[in-house]
Amino acid sequence: MAIKTTSFASGGDGGRAVAGEKKGFRLNAFTGLIAGGLGYLFGHWMGNAIAGGYQQVIGSGQNDIAILLGFIFGTIGWFLGLGILNYPLKKMAGIEPPLEGYEFEPGVMKYFRFTLDNKVVGIQYLFGMLFYFFTAGLLALGIRTELLSPTNHIWGPATYLEIVGEHGTMMMMMMTSVVMGPFGNYLVPLMIGSKRVAFPRLEAAAFWFTPAAYIILLSALWQGGFQSGWTGYAPLSIQQGVGQDAYLFSFALLGFSMITSSINMTATIINYRAPGMRWSRLPMIAWGMITVAFTMLLSVPILIDGLYVMGLDRSVQTAMLYAGHGGSSFLWENLFWFFGHPEVYLLALPGFGLTMEILPVFARKPLFGYRTAVTGMVGVAVLSFFVWQHHLFQSGMNPDMRPLFMLTTELISIPTGFIYLVGLGTLWRARMRFDVPMLFMLAVFFNFLFGGITGVYVSDVPVNVTVHGSYFVMAHFHYTIMGQLIFAVMGAIYYYAPLYFGVKLNEKWGKIHFWTMFIAFNSTFLPLFALGLLGMPRRVFEYAARLQHLNQWVTVSSYVLGLSLAFFVVTFVWQLAVTRPKSPLNPWQSRGLEWQVGYPIPPGNFDKIPVILSGPYEYGDPNALPVADLTPAEPSAVGVSSGGEI
Amino acid sequence: MTTSNKSSEFTAAEGRSHVKKIIGIWLVVAIIADYFVWFVYGPHMPPGAMTDQARGQQFDIKVISVMAIPVLLFIWTFGFYSIAKFRGGKDRPDGYYVKGNVKTQTAWYVITATLVLFLAGFGTFELIVPAGAGGGEGPSPIWTPSTPVKLVVQVIAQQWRFTYRWPQFGGMETTSINLPINTEIQFDVTSIDVIHDFWAYQLGVKADANPDVNNVAFAKTLQYGRFTVRCDELCGIWHGAMYNYGKVVSQTQFYNWATQMQRQNASVTKLLPKFALTYTPSYTGAGGGYYPSGDPNGTAA
Ligand SMILES: [Cu+2]
Repeated sequence: MAIKTTSFASGGDGGRAVAGEKKGFRLNAFTGLIAGGLGYLFGHWMGNAIAGGYQQVIGSGQNDIAILLGFIFGTIGWFLGLGILNYPLKKMAGIEPPLEGYEFEPGVMKYFRFTLDNKVVGIQYLFGMLFYFFTAGLLALGIRTELLSPTNHIWGPATYLEIVGEHGTMMMMMMTSVVMGPFGNYLVPLMIGSKRVAFPRLEAAAFWFTPAAYIILLSALWQGGFQSGWTGYAPLSIQQGVGQDAYLFSFALLGFSMITSSINMTATIINYRAPGMRWSRLPMIAWGMITVAFTMLLSVPILIDGLYVMGLDRSVQTAMLYAGHGGSSFLWENLFWFFGHPEVYLLALPGFGLTMEILPVFARKPLFGYRTAVTGMVGVAVLSFFVWQHHLFQSGMNPDMRPLFMLTTELISIPTGFIYLVGLGTLWRARMRFDVPMLFMLAVFFNFLFGGITGVYVSDVPVNVTVHGSYFVMAHFHYTIMGQLIFAVMGAIYYYAPLYFGVKLNEKWGKIHFWTMFIAFNSTFLPLFALGLLGMPRRVFEYAARLQHLNQWVTVSSYVLGLSLAFFVVTFVWQLAVTRPKSPLNPWQSRGLEWQVGYPIPPGNFDKIPVILSGPYEYGDPNALPVADLTPAEPSAVGVSSGGEI
Repeated sequence: MTTSNKSSEFTAAEGRSHVKKIIGIWLVVAIIADYFVWFVYGPHMPPGAMTDQARGQQFDIKVISVMAIPVLLFIWTFGFYSIAKFRGGKDRPDGYYVKGNVKTQTAWYVITATLVLFLAGFGTFELIVPAGAGGGEGPSPIWTPSTPVKLVVQVIAQQWRFTYRWPQFGGMETTSINLPINTEIQFDVTSIDVIHDFWAYQLGVKADANPDVNNVAFAKTLQYGRFTVRCDELCGIWHGAMYNYGKVVSQTQFYNWATQMQRQNASVTKLLPKFALTYTPSYTGAGGGYYPSGDPNGTAA
């Protein structure tokens, strides 16, 4: 830990070494919380002052304007309190702010600050995402506990729906960043040979949106929750209490997080590749990130737009989302799913990026059909914008378009199939090593297959009549998200722990975690297909008595799944905080550039901008060049721009 | 495509032998599985055969299954075979250096594209043939039954119950639903508050109930029996309790029931708003209402 400071090339300035100038008190998450709380109180007061006398507010006793203003000013306070706005505010005021560098400081305090180091942001995201995931996972266990009996209730129906809504919304909004946050931010600069990301302030701000969104979303529980589920269909969402405001505001905040994160990711991958990092050598994680980032940039604004309309309908009594006053409940369904369907794929693509990245390392073979893999990811991303009405086959909207949406939806199986071709081709005559990360990657293919195959049923309009809105659909998308994305993330944590923490997680514990999670996951979600086909609708707190045994089986399995994940948390934290089993450098013998920089990775990633010599997956070719020259004589070459020309 | 670095280690003959084994295992397993899916489990597949539409859906599930299951089994066979055979070890450091194979890749593209296009075409055909296949077709359906509609049932959803309105029986309303056998039925589904969904599972009918929208679905009854009606779009606190049962009965039984209900409910029926396709306060005949535009202050009322 000898490195005290490092220079930091800021846009527009040559990059002077200035870090470490300021000592003493610095803003952090706790000052952010205080400022956020004060902001909320101010906004709430203002809302009451403005709208307290409105007939609507007096009549209903519910002031959505105050709540929304509270959230807006609370978020502004949070950002001010963290110091995120210092730099842009000073710039706007005409003051040239000193360039902030970053210190390579020991200890954990740096994780509670606004920081410009992509690796610190990656770790912040990793723990943030795990925390959000486990919160939402506990809520899922709450749902399953209620469903132990068809008629005896643990929760009342209102609480039950609040839990369902919190679980769904938390998972769907947070997990969009579960790969881009911890892995994209951390790894992409290392993989493409860059000293930095393009927009470190945007990247860091993207993370600090997430705790605010988390707190606001959970705060709904103290305000009666929202009973609209994560889909928030109007006019139900207009009818709800102030908990719905927390839903729309937190979802929009996370939308901003996705946009800022994506802008940084696209700019970094396009502009900061080291010399020789051609598109044909770009690692699969980077392909996953750039396809996802484009998908987010084009779809998330539509969501924010829809949420904004919902906020207006709820607070200032416009009538855009419900019938009879010129609005239509179809409007929300369209806006929502125009984001919502690309979202499903922007959850899946990063998982495939991780899988295709890690698979060749343990197969000891090149990735089979690199171009097919890239075409598959790009194809999925593009097609994802043309399928959204398949959620609305029975809605009565545009019935004549159903064959078209059936076609586009089924077409998406072709690029998804490409990824299976790549996976199977990579296994063909491999020399597989069954370390823990590999087990998770194989499980990704196994699990997603159920999700993919059942997707064909769901997309077929006549079959959709039976399965729409049932547990069949619910099982289908849990297979694609949890079975694919979360398994990929878990595998990636085992895979990258040596790089991130210098720790090689225990193989035996890892295998116990893997097998229990794999079996319990399938045991939880496979029966749900049957439940759906037998007629069980989603989001019900009562169901037919004949379905009780299956439901009990599922609930017990879900407890085992929960225990398995708890086992992971305990062993993971234990090994990171207490035992710290030291890992050799690059324990998996990966060719990836990210593994060549050693541990700990210096804040600037590379001493010199490397020159990329060959692709990352040339396993099995003894004549293959090393992936990069880390100490090139000529630091900068023409053709491809180099990151951070220091 | 790319040649092997150690061609002696990975011979072409060995590769062909792997391929033969994989295809052989897969063919046997796939044929057995498809036989069971089509002949053994097929006739019991949801949603049954109570209506033309349900029967169509059951047929579709069978067809998709016999096509999808071999795909699933191929990937399983290939995957498990690879896991069993292509293991690494201390003396076996690296795998076969191959980055692609034009023949294999082309075959994969062609086969998957053919399967997918067939399924899309088949799905479209099946959607049109049994009149919209039971799904909600909006206010002006283009896929209408070949035999004339004999009975119109309006389904009015509200938080948290279904009411049925029968325009052919004086516009009466009932809280229960009976349907005659061998009859082409038209469901006109609407809502008077939030979005609900009319899901008559055994009938193979599912149509969202949107306020201000008349969502039409068809079904032709073929079998006697009881069917379940559930709400299938989240509609608030009692969504899980929003269901009832209906029955498909003989035509005589149905007309006896309906005319009796019509008589019994006559005093209530005349208090109801006039029969309309939707019931929102902005339109005449609705449950609610506004002051007429010529009388903004409601002084006449
Ligand atoms: Cu309902």
